[in-house]
Amino acid sequence: MDLSAVIFIEILYAVASLIMISAGLAVVFGMMKVINLAHGEFMMMGGYTTITAVNLGVNVFVAMLIIAPLIVGLIGLVVERLVIRHLYGRLIDTMLATWGLSLFFIGIVTMIFGNTTTGISTPIPGFTVGNYQINGYNFFIILVAIALVILLYAVLKGTRAGLIARGTMQRPDMAASLGYSPDRIYMATFFCGSALSGLAGAVLAPLVGLVPTSGAAYIAKAFITVIAGGPSLIAGLVSSSTVFGIISQTFSFAVSPVMGEVALLVAAVVLLRLLPQGVTGKFFKGKL
Amino acid sequence: MSLNRRTFLKGTAATAGAAILPNILSAAGDTIKLGSVLDTSGGFDAYGKPMEMALRLAVSEINEAGGLLGKQVEVVAYDTQSDMALYSQYGQQLTREDKVDVVHGGILSASREAIRQTMRKTNTPFFYNVLYEGGVCDRNIFINGVTPAQQAAALVPYAMEKTGKKVYILAADYNYGQITARWIQKFVEENGGEVVGVDFFALDVSDFGSTIAKVQTAAPDLVIAPLVGGAHLSFFRQWAAAGMKDRIGLASTTMGVGNEHKVLTAEEGNGIMVAYNYSQELDTPANNAFKESWSAAYGDSSAIHELAVSHYQGIKTWAAAVALAGSMDRDALINAMESGLSIEGPAGNLSVDPQTHHAVLDVHLMEIENQGMRVIETLPQQQPIDTQSVCDLQANPDDNTQYEIEI
Repeated sequence: MDLSAVIFIEILYAVASLIMISAGLAVVFGMMKVINLAHGEFMMMGGYTTITAVNLGVNVFVAMLIIAPLIVGLIGLVVERLVIRHLYGRLIDTMLATWGLSLFFIGIVTMIFGNTTTGISTPIPGFTVGNYQINGYNFFIILVAIALVILLYAVLKGTRAGLIARGTMQRPDMAASLGYSPDRIYMATFFCGSALSGLAGAVLAPLVGLVPTSGAAYIAKAFITVIAGGPSLIAGLVSSSTVFGIISQTFSFAVSPVMGEVALLVAAVVLLRLLPQGVTGKFFKGKL
Repeated sequence: MSLNRRTFLKGTAATAGAAILPNILSAAGDTIKLGSVLDTSGGFDAYGKPMEMALRLAVSEINEAGGLLGKQVEVVAYDTQSDMALYSQYGQQLTREDKVDVVHGGILSASREAIRQTMRKTNTPFFYNVLYEGGVCDRNIFINGVTPAQQAAALVPYAMEKTGKKVYILAADYNYGQITARWIQKFVEENGGEVVGVDFFALDVSDFGSTIAKVQTAAPDLVIAPLVGGAHLSFFRQWAAAGMKDRIGLASTTMGVGNEHKVLTAEEGNGIMVAYNYSQELDTPANNAFKESWSAAYGDSSAIHELAVSHYQGIKTWAAAVALAGSMDRDALINAMESGLSIEGPAGNLSVDPQTHHAVLDVHLMEIENQGMRVIETLPQQQPIDTQSVCDLQANPDDNTQYEIEI
């Protein structure tokens, strides 16, 4: 009983962390069709921002939830103005450019912080479920992920800005003819995507030992989740995160953590063979 | 030690200058050339940079004391940038172009294997001064880091006595972790214990939530974790965050080798049991003198770690052997090394095992306490029994293998 509760929480946590890792990429890649290979580095910078802010005496939750997304969003804004905006619609070129950016960010963070592992400790104490101890911070990540999904949905569905953004992503020419500047809207969307990546990196920072090359560990999972999710932004994100989270955790428990990772990749291959358009290419069609 | 910052800077400036222009100086032929290949940038620079500092310190001390055989020691150093391909390239460069008299260097086992054959073919004595998985048997190489048997033989009985008989092993998934896990298993069983689970982790795994739950299902008394690198450091953090620290004992064979215990907070790290050759907290005259001269050279001594001290001791051992041999001839050097040579280093007495070219050294049992390593017990002069069981260079001097140890 206790064990099944623990496993259930661990699965929820795995799903939530996949949602966190992939949300920024879902906006940048899913909506804007920009293959951002520097996504992992945006997350890494979110982590470093948090650690720096905490070391300067800022409250850890303020640092994670406000400062890190803001700073990384601003870095994303600069990147968009200098690099990305010249490359919209040129898929291969953006890949090359953002790959270069990822190397640049790794280099610059190494110069500033050095190539040693840093980190902060988790702000929430451990938690007892029957005979088991679990990480209380898991609940925080689950809550943040739920809030994030609700917020994304509310903004995209409920606000005028969300409507304009969605419209621009579908038909920029039409949006322009209605008097909206696609250039501005792309810029704002990229800012939001980067901020979400920064948030993910920040929230995950207390769980890991951070090095400048940490981003590489996230990028593959993020792309797999977003691609397997398919065309619908939120429904795709949640459905593919759920599938992969359940599969990888079940195999981690039943066999070994290595098999958990293997199972995730096998599941992704099988899923894309059966549903080449992603989960939402077949189910939840037309949903957001 | 009469080293101060000014003389040290002079020394390093000279050697650094020499390193830039190795070919010009080699024409003079009145120095002994020490080749160095270390990762002083890139992913492994946390290990490599302090090792490079140790090298410069050791060489400047040797030169201060009048050099070797009446000649100054000159360093020819290359930064391999954490790139294994550069090891082969600079290994060739050192032996064929610069024609150095000895090479000290290599950090990862892969880098050692990348240059070991080049050194052997060109008859350049090679010193690999790093903790590793054991089993290398080659007359041309000398290794002074602790091997799994030296560490685990000390750590396992101590940790089991303190906690209990049921042990769970969490190891890094490459040759070091696999081989070390086997040794731990052996020592657990020899001590009447039981291994209730073994899990291996790829080097980029940073989420240990399900593992921590799984460990609790097995309900061990002790977890031993030969985990490696930045991502794996997450385990120690998540273990503490889940509140496991006070419920199940934790020991490691790698935690702290690159000063990782200074990244964890005191609450996260306190109580983790480790066993190494060196601790900054060793209160011996040799270690105090070493820390003092390190501080004089580099400002403060916080960068010193296990591998840096191994490297320092390796160079000092080589210098002692050269003085004993009285010549730079390779065979004379090897004979001197095999003569039961020993030195007193910062980590205690270290002697060369003639049978395996590994080191017999003190192993200290320690617990991490307030971001330092408190020495609990010293096990003097541990033999490298893992390598000794497969390697005998006296009986078989032409051996050139890295043995995988069967248990």
